[in-house]
Amino acid sequence: MTVMQKQQEKHTPKPQKFRVYGPVATVYGSSNTGSWRILCPKVDYEACIKCGTCARSCPANIIDIIKEQFECVVIDFDYCKGCGICANECPVKCISMVVERG
Amino acid sequence: MTYKMMDGNLAAVEAMKMAKVQVVSAYPITPQSNIAEKLSDLVASGELKAEYIRVESEHSALSVATTAQLAGVRAATATASNGLALMHEVLGMTSGNRVPIVMPVVNRGVAAPWTLWCEHGDAMAERDMGWMQFYCENVQEVFDLILMAYKAAEDKDVLTPAMVCLDGFFLSHSMQKIVVPKQELVDNFIGGYKSQNTYLDTEDPMFICDLTGSEEYTEMKYQQKLAMDNAIGVIEQVQREFEEKFGRKYSIVEGYRTEDADVVLVALGSMCGTGKHVVNKLREKGKKVGLAKVTVFRPFPAEKIREILSGTRCIGVFDRSAGIGGQGGPVWSEVCAAMKDISCDIRNYTGGLGGRDVSPDNIEKIFDELLEISQGKRKNHTAWIDLKENAMDIRQVIKNV
Repeated sequence: MTVMQKQQEKHTPKPQKFRVYGPVATVYGSSNTGSWRILCPKVDYEACIKCGTCARSCPANIIDIIKEQFECVVIDFDYCKGCGICANECPVKCISMVVERG
Repeated sequence: MTYKMMDGNLAAVEAMKMAKVQVVSAYPITPQSNIAEKLSDLVASGELKAEYIRVESEHSALSVATTAQLAGVRAATATASNGLALMHEVLGMTSGNRVPIVMPVVNRGVAAPWTLWCEHGDAMAERDMGWMQFYCENVQEVFDLILMAYKAAEDKDVLTPAMVCLDGFFLSHSMQKIVVPKQELVDNFIGGYKSQNTYLDTEDPMFICDLTGSEEYTEMKYQQKLAMDNAIGVIEQVQREFEEKFGRKYSIVEGYRTEDADVVLVALGSMCGTGKHVVNKLREKGKKVGLAKVTVFRPFPAEKIREILSGTRCIGVFDRSAGIGGQGGPVWSEVCAAMKDISCDIRNYTGGLGGRDVSPDNIEKIFDELLEISQGKRKNHTAWIDLKENAMDIRQVIKNV
């Protein structure tokens, strides 16, 4: 589960309905911004040093580092727009941006 | 209870301080600047426990204040004139999202011509943006109406922001002796701020102000309309409670010697003090004149206006804004609509623009005209009461043609 999903799901211990006035979304649906992606980050796990720089620099906050597993960089591709900041910031340059669609 | 010497701006700051605002984002503009400066001083000295956010415009000032208040605190800002005009679209955000901010508006004309001085044109231009509007007669009223505005705006049946309008310079820079109550009394009157409707909380997120289609927009506007309707009763209740606690009586429309008056002048703002003085003077001469002071212009207190004016056949309405292109000024239009089923003659007067003093002489002239009209001795009135005779010929330049 990524950070964003956790943020959405951790609260509401006892959800209750209230009437409110004015514009507020009644359904908390987030659009699949991952569909905008043209370039996709691909991690070379042999080279990755698990430093977490990619996760910290991700503007969408959708990268988790799970050090116990080999494929330790977990990217939520539902929301990754393929901006490439993680690839740019990676100190060992182990993330490459590959063409997903043209 | 202590007496303090304060001008209108300082009284506004004192009221906001006593309401314990926690976020301030104000952008200075004459004649409001002292409000922004004094709030900044209070935050710097620690006397006011608030975050002062420096912003680059009035548009940002109100955006910050609105969203800060959604996060669960009273937020403060204040403006005037072109600054209020720049806030225009954010005013709709505040009221449409039902954020009960209280904002002092120091009335000053909107350019052009550039003016620094008093008229109500700035606030009148925003009268349909879903904000309540209170108009102050003197510095004490600035302080009192701000406190009452907090209580009315934050009422669960209202949840609507409020402008407390004070006349630029005539009030904002006029030193007067005012009563400042003890902090406990103010706390007891308005209490702490509590988010009631929507809010911004990372523990319980909401997406506020989403795009709303035609299937819901009308209903949301109707909710605002109902809130304004509710506000009349709520403000009257708040005024009663204020009188019990603080000993000063307020009314949404104050009838001053109107009971047996042959003619009544409807006015708002600082000119009401002058108006009352003239009424007393003319009464001594046996002329039965009265003044109706509109304290709350939005929501417009139509029923109260009818109650006060129904016995009067000849009424004048003094608009301190030009209402260009309208049949008369905005207050006159509202009074006409309120009185549409009652047979009476309602005359529109425009004056006091761009800092021109509404003098006792001019008000006396209006009363004399109205009395003559009511007695059938006169037909026309002088709509632009303080206009110079050479209006079309006041400036000449040399052109190189």
